Amino acid sequence: MGKLEYAPAPESRSIVSLRESYGLFIGGEFTPSVDGRAFKTISPATEEVLAEIAEAGPADVDRAVTAARQAYERTWAGLPAKERGKYLFRIARIVQERARELAVLESLDNGKPIRESRDVDIPLAAAHFFYHAGWADKLEYAGYGPAPRPLGVAGQVIPWNFPLLMLAWKIAPALACGNTVVLKPAETTPLTALVFAEICQQADLPAGVVNIVTGAGDTGRALVTHPGIDKVAFTGSTEVGKQIARDCATQPRKKVTLELGGKAANIVFEDAPVDQAVEGIVNGIFFNQGHVCCAGSRLLVQESVYSDVLAALRRRLGTLRLGDPLDKNTDVGAINSAAQLAKIRELSAVGEAEGAQRWSPPCELPVKGFWFPPTLFTGVTQAHRIAREEIFGPVLSVLTFRTPAEAVEKANNTPYGLSAGVWTDKGSLILWMSSRLRAGVVWANTFNKFDPSSPFGGYKESGYGREGGRHGLEAYLDV
Amino acid sequence: MSALTDTPAVAGSSLREFLHGLPGVDQVGAEARAAMLASRSIKTTAKRWALDTAISMIDLTTLEGQDTPGKVRALCAKAKRPDPADPTAPKVAAVCVYPDLAHVAAAEVKGTGIHVASVATAFPSGRTSLDVKLADVKYAIGAGADEVDMVIDRGAFLAGRYQRVFDEIAAVREASAGTHLKVILETGELVTLDNVRRASWLAMLAGADFIKTSTGKVTPAATLPVTLVMLEAVRDYRAAHGRQVGVKPAGGIRAAKDAIRYLVLVNETVGEDWLDPRWFRIGASSLLNDLLMQRTRMATGRYSGPDYFTLD
Repeated sequence: MGKLEYAPAPESRSIVSLRESYGLFIGGEFTPSVDGRAFKTISPATEEVLAEIAEAGPADVDRAVTAARQAYERTWAGLPAKERGKYLFRIARIVQERARELAVLESLDNGKPIRESRDVDIPLAAAHFFYHAGWADKLEYAGYGPAPRPLGVAGQVIPWNFPLLMLAWKIAPALACGNTVVLKPAETTPLTALVFAEICQQADLPAGVVNIVTGAGDTGRALVTHPGIDKVAFTGSTEVGKQIARDCATQPRKKVTLELGGKAANIVFEDAPVDQAVEGIVNGIFFNQGHVCCAGSRLLVQESVYSDVLAALRRRLGTLRLGDPLDKNTDVGAINSAAQLAKIRELSAVGEAEGAQRWSPPCELPVKGFWFPPTLFTGVTQAHRIAREEIFGPVLSVLTFRTPAEAVEKANNTPYGLSAGVWTDKGSLILWMSSRLRAGVVWANTFNKFDPSSPFGGYKESGYGREGGRHGLEAYLDV
Repeated sequence: MSALTDTPAVAGSSLREFLHGLPGVDQVGAEARAAMLASRSIKTTAKRWALDTAISMIDLTTLEGQDTPGKVRALCAKAKRPDPADPTAPKVAAVCVYPDLAHVAAAEVKGTGIHVASVATAFPSGRTSLDVKLADVKYAIGAGADEVDMVIDRGAFLAGRYQRVFDEIAAVREASAGTHLKVILETGELVTLDNVRRASWLAMLAGADFIKTSTGKVTPAATLPVTLVMLEAVRDYRAAHGRQVGVKPAGGIRAAKDAIRYLVLVNETVGEDWLDPRWFRIGASSLLNDLLMQRTRMATGRYSGPDYFTLD
């Protein structure tokens, strides 16, 4: 008999109607930027230009903050809490109704496989709105006193790895708590945020409650340093996060939360369920091409099962399907940008130069677009740069350990502290490990699982503040 | 007092240590993996290939108290020529019947390459003496069965008497020498995936040619997570012992879509070596017509009604 060769199964693009150009979303309407500047957003899988996007300068940011302030003072903060909840429920339902469109658009603009945008990004984004819609009229029971008050106008800057999901993590709690927002999506992935602006219109959300300003780093800086902002929320690189912390240090009335990089340890003990651990390792580092701040980029394997786990992992990597993000059978999509690809290449070259062994399964890369094969580095030690620095790509560094204590020591021996994974059949070991790991999230026998009710955030250089759950409300309340 | 070796704790203790030393199965993770593979989208050329391959892997089955020679003859006719309107439709792998009707099936499919599988060992519960079970096996083979689908003693397995289960499979293996032995684990009664993995290894170590999920008489019968764990077991067993063992999910697979999901599971768990009726079978009856309907749809672009496909 022959082989089962999957025929192409592309999700149709026809559900998305892209405009040639998009303006800024300020005061409930799309408007061009004051100075008329614009940039292009492309599909990283094909380098095709998708649309032209207005670039917000300081004057535009000022307009947006003013609109948000007016909306805060005139409508949103004075609205009965259950009315705020109604708007959020409405937005959540529209996100669900337009889920396929949003998924296709996310995969086009970001390069992630449609399977992930369809099954993870968009459903979770809707779930965040549903969850926080429920909180809107119950804040007095959240444990922050009888009448917790909103902060005012939130300036939010989000990354390109989960564009709509990060938007939901930022906007849903802010609105539920009674704040208004100015949000800047990443310059390489602005499209779903702009469709979200349309959704706000569709939901009849009062003008100015949500404002979207597109642009690059300068726009973001203008936003977070704007004196009219009461609250800064940033998700992105540690480098930019530190700059924001410095900038905001001179404006102490601003509350700041930062969700930054990570270098998570995924720890596999000798009694782990091997086949599921391998799935967890793959999901930990190759999910979303490794563009995940909490990615399990350091695999710590107990030395006694090292060869078994590595053999199983290599075999499994051989079945990963890399290619067209819109193909429903694609497991690994495109790297988000040329700049990110260059960074992944550079750090991988450093890994080789420092003596680690590099391995990738046989894997044909498309000619156009930005691509990097799933990659393993073995023979990595704590001293290697690829074990210390965040690569933010599909590159896994494999290290070994001998005892639980050594695993904890190595896992914690990093400037970051966002997440960790523990794989063992022994419940007591899971508890022992998770009470010692300095990471905001510890997954046991799973990885990269998210839920709006579960707080997420980091230790050390992974940032401060929590998003999601009851804890996440605190960042948007005056408590 | 009986001899020390008669106590279950000592007899077969190394077998127990081995089976309990196998890596565990995390049920949540296994189910998630199976669900992810079930979301694969199999279209056009791949679907055409998968439909024909699935037909060629079917053990077309009738295992009812009301089975008669006439019913078995009709089943065999269907097995030989599943779609009377389309001679290009492949024939199935085997017909599967009770031992007392094996001779009818054997006469009907003689010379066609279709195998005659007979359930034996007091199918489906397996609750009788070893002597009776072995007699059952010999009766089936004598009647013309060249494949024997035996059931394991689930009671002994769940009581931890692994050596007893092993010895029984080994005895059946010996009694059925020269025929193809499929060992039914009845995973719906073993319940946990850890048990499924252990029973799979136990059956393979005792000489099974195939491991099969279910009798079809217990719910749940075949499921994707259970089949995933069994596929992992045959993959690991071949890596360790160099012998390839087949897998047969049976019971509850009725739609072409489900059959294709099983093929995807095989493809991405053990690879193309198992994508062959010699190494993967599907125990089913009504599935065949759905595969044929989908096959006709692929060829003509239209769905036709069930009246255009034969019963049995």
